Amino acid sequence: MSIEVNGKVFETDEEGYLADLNQWEPDVATAMAKEEGNELTDAHWEVINFLREYYEEYQIAPAVRVLTKAIGKKLGKDKGNSKYLYELFPYGPAKQACKYAGLPKPTGCV
Amino acid sequence: MSEPWEDDELDGPVRKFMYVNRRAPYGTIYALESLEVVLIAAAFEQDVTLVFMDDGVYQIKKDQNTDAIGVKNFSPTYRALEGYDVEKLYVEKESLESRGLTTDDLVVPVQVVNNDQLAELMEEQEVILSF
Repeated sequence: MSIEVNGKVFETDEEGYLADLNQWEPDVATAMAKEEGNELTDAHWEVINFLREYYEEYQIAPAVRVLTKAIGKKLGKDKGNSKYLYELFPYGPAKQACKYAGLPKPTGCV
Repeated sequence: MSEPWEDDELDGPVRKFMYVNRRAPYGTIYALESLEVVLIAAAFEQDVTLVFMDDGVYQIKKDQNTDAIGVKNFSPTYRALEGYDVEKLYVEKESLESRGLTTDDLVVPVQVVNNDQLAELMEEQEVILSF
């Protein structure tokens, strides 16, 4: 599978996760969201950018519980809770936000 | 029906799992596989203990560089364990010392234990997995 953004083709796996996270650029996230009928707001970007930083530091995509806690630490309690994150990413913050961020599917996520 | 964000709390039983890591980080898949199952167990909120002994102590050695062997350096991931509430990390004393290492050479804080202490820790576990 693949996704075309600005005339460039990006390889993805069968679930739509980017094959090479180094190829990622912000427009890829926008295009992935659009395909699923979503428009990315600053609140979405805050989570996406957080995930990219997390991956850069730890080389994994965090499990949802870990993401929620880490977001709470960095961005405050009002954002570090499941309700807030599920409202932004209804298919699951780790699954959907990780995909937009170009990361692999979180370990332990089925 | 519950909302997805209300499913966070897992109700299953919590078991005491110990993962014993005894091999060098690269050359076989054991170290990476162990780390993956540790993360999964932790994501399911199990009581996880890690032991590094024999060549397994190299798994958490600082300054790993895997460029020449063309595989991913996954040592930064051990530093994510704290965020997964995995904080019981033990290193077997003789394994560390015989390799000329100290805890300063490791990417994560650990407790150094001797064989007797390790045996006691093992006694406390419900499940022990050796990699």
